[in-house]
Amino acid sequence: MNLFTAINEGMRTAMQTDPTAITFGEDVAFGGVFRCSVGLREEFGADRVFNTPLCEQGIAGFGIGYAAMGGTAIAEIQFADYIFPAFDQLVNEAAKFRYRSGNQWNCGGLTVRTPCGAVGHGGHYHSQSPEAYFTHTPGLKVVMPRGPVDAKGLLLASIRSPDPVIFMEPKVLYRAAVEDVPDEDYEIELGKGEIMRQGTDVTVVGWGGQLRVLEKACDLAEQNGISCELIDLKTLAPWDVEIVTESVMKTGKLVVSHEAPLTGGFAAEISSTIQEECFLSLEAPVQRVCGADTPFPLVFEKYYVPDDLKNFEAIKKVMNY
Amino acid sequence: MIRSAPLALRLSSRRLSSSISSQCSAFNGKGRLQSELCSKALTSLRGPSNRHFSSSTLHDISTVDIDSDSRIYAGDVPLPLTTDCTIFEADDIPTGKYPVFRVMDENGVIRDDAKGPQYIDPELNEEHAVKMFRTMSRLNVMDNIFLNAQRQGRISFYMSSQGEEAVHIGSASALDNKDVIFAQYRETGVLMWRGFTMSQFADQCFSNSGDLGKGRQMPVHYGSRALNFHTISSPLTTQLPQAAGAAYAMKMEAIRNGSNRAAGVTVCYFGDGAASEGDFHAAMNIAATMDAPIIFFCRNNGFAISTPVADQYRGDGIASRAKGYGMASIRVDGNDLFAVNAATARAKELALSENRPVLIETMSYRVGHHSTSDDSTRYRSTEEIKKWDNEDNPIDRFRRFCEAKGWLDEERVQTIRDEEKINVLQALESAEKKGPPALATMFDDVYKEKTPELERQEAKLLEHVAKYPERYTGPGH
Ligand SMILES: Cc1ncc(C[n+]2csc(CCOP(=O)(O)OP(=O)(O)O)c2C)c(N)n1
Ligand SMILES: [Mg+2]
Repeated sequence: MNLFTAINEGMRTAMQTDPTAITFGEDVAFGGVFRCSVGLREEFGADRVFNTPLCEQGIAGFGIGYAAMGGTAIAEIQFADYIFPAFDQLVNEAAKFRYRSGNQWNCGGLTVRTPCGAVGHGGHYHSQSPEAYFTHTPGLKVVMPRGPVDAKGLLLASIRSPDPVIFMEPKVLYRAAVEDVPDEDYEIELGKGEIMRQGTDVTVVGWGGQLRVLEKACDLAEQNGISCELIDLKTLAPWDVEIVTESVMKTGKLVVSHEAPLTGGFAAEISSTIQEECFLSLEAPVQRVCGADTPFPLVFEKYYVPDDLKNFEAIKKVMNY
Repeated sequence: MIRSAPLALRLSSRRLSSSISSQCSAFNGKGRLQSELCSKALTSLRGPSNRHFSSSTLHDISTVDIDSDSRIYAGDVPLPLTTDCTIFEADDIPTGKYPVFRVMDENGVIRDDAKGPQYIDPELNEEHAVKMFRTMSRLNVMDNIFLNAQRQGRISFYMSSQGEEAVHIGSASALDNKDVIFAQYRETGVLMWRGFTMSQFADQCFSNSGDLGKGRQMPVHYGSRALNFHTISSPLTTQLPQAAGAAYAMKMEAIRNGSNRAAGVTVCYFGDGAASEGDFHAAMNIAATMDAPIIFFCRNNGFAISTPVADQYRGDGIASRAKGYGMASIRVDGNDLFAVNAATARAKELALSENRPVLIETMSYRVGHHSTSDDSTRYRSTEEIKKWDNEDNPIDRFRRFCEAKGWLDEERVQTIRDEEKINVLQALESAEKKGPPALATMFDDVYKEKTPELERQEAKLLEHVAKYPERYTGPGH
């Protein structure tokens, strides 16, 4: 099963098990531009699966209100690049709904799904990975799966989470990633990372589509006799500090990689935390391998992205420090 | 849904009644639009050798009347047709459905009561008409060839304008290059009319070293400072409030120079879907309150990707919203080049002479898929698409008009299309041969001056690329 089908399955399960669950967004009724909501309208009806007018702030605000009345709102923002008109609703409203009311009110039933990341030809506005804007916002959970099995389990956990979740789907994986996805209803706990491969020399941390790149980099390192421990964070807010610190205590070296620009990216947060937690264990400066601090340039995507070779170089650098 | 709608004109008994005439005469009482605007409306349609045009022949607004005809456009709602090019003041919009202004029917025949010179300049000459036809044809030929090139993997993406050619050329031909354009993306013909060359289009789509945008944006994100056409940005509706600011800047510049009339009007195009964004409201209201000389130009083509207008709004399209903003407006048959042209010319004159915004809504149909990423047969029938394309093709409408005038015949039409095809193919081939922009340009223009951090990142990248030359060849896509 590929990733978009796994997302579809996750939403189907959520809607089957929760009569208040609704799915909505731009072009959702006919199945969505990435086919994630295919068949849902036929199964659950036009009252529960519907097109909204083209208005992200409306989609987010509508979802918050629906959730605040106890419902489960699964909102789609067509591209993460277009989430910014909804920024105010998400950052100032969804994130603070519980806190500002002294826990009288909350909008935990809200999940905002949105495709993110580079695909080879997206240019400025079909490539961005804006996770760090949201991890900088207390009150929002931020999740990014690396493949179909995780996508279904993390999505179900997000939809059922008592807090609002920004669920970012690496669109490069929609069709490319294929795995055996269990039919049953299952959740993968938010806030927990996973060691994808055990290693002893260097800890390598990533999330979402970047893990495919990091696996290649770890393979290259392996061929050069370097043993990498690869960690998938899965949830960025709250992130699994423990799994990374434990690994770095062992390896003494850390490489963190994401597609979003370097400056102010989530790698900076991880790097800083690890420097605080593991100062005496560190044998080399933490390396960040990230997108450049430019808008996403169509024609230079190959040069812009933190590919396997750039990560391999960073791994060698911490080894040779 | 439009799907089930008969496309042909529907005769309706709904003659719009006295309330309209009385409202219109009340409007006429203000005496504003007709007297001043009509003569201006026309100059744009005149050929190169235009003569001055006497205002005595102007249409008298007191005869404003809505045709007994109505027609189905986007949203499956019959709309009344009118041959009066009236820009309605906010308080004068007729009750009931907002009427659609049209001059020329599907067969290219000028409607009887629209023969006045305010619609079609008697001086409209063969040269100018054929230029308009040629530009629409070029746009259509380019669309077909670029769509093919995308299918063959030669360019990564494309968006065509089929079905909206008259909206582009009709409006662009009412403007000049001093007017400032903010577009959405499906306004290629506007840029073409202004003089963007075939190579410039091709270079942008191929992201090569000739692209004015330096290969940074996806295909169709054109822009040209020289042609006063702001660079396209994918995030929808963001250009609307910006355009209001631009119009205000032009007004203030005129005032600083001791004039009350901006050097050009700002024209901001957007779709029926884009009109749902919060930025739409932001723009309308700020333009109205700041008295900005701007035309907000909504291309209502029935769809926003798969979303039909029935899911987009419950009101009567976009033009009707002008009332709430205290803004003048007009709704136009977008497949009628003459109507679009006359409405745009009038709106321009109103905006510039009175320093205020005007909202235009053109009614047409998106014949092509949304983009090369879309298969529109998933959400509408092939019959529906064919019906619009065959029965109300904007290029054919205008061609029939020209044929009746003796300016075009089958042979000449074919020659024009053949010539344009060669044009496009040549541009495509030479664009394909040009290399990508230099890698060093990647870090330019983030800021005016490259920051130390960007310089550091650039050096690091170049060093890395030099280390693995076999891996980093050619452009990145
Ligand atoms: C803020 C934002 N949200 C969503 C999109 C994705 N998107 C691109 S075009 C489009 C539909 C626009 O429809 P309309 O305004 O009617 O223009 P048309 O394509 O019909 O010319 C959508 C949803 C976007 N580009 N920007
Ligand atoms: Mg549209």
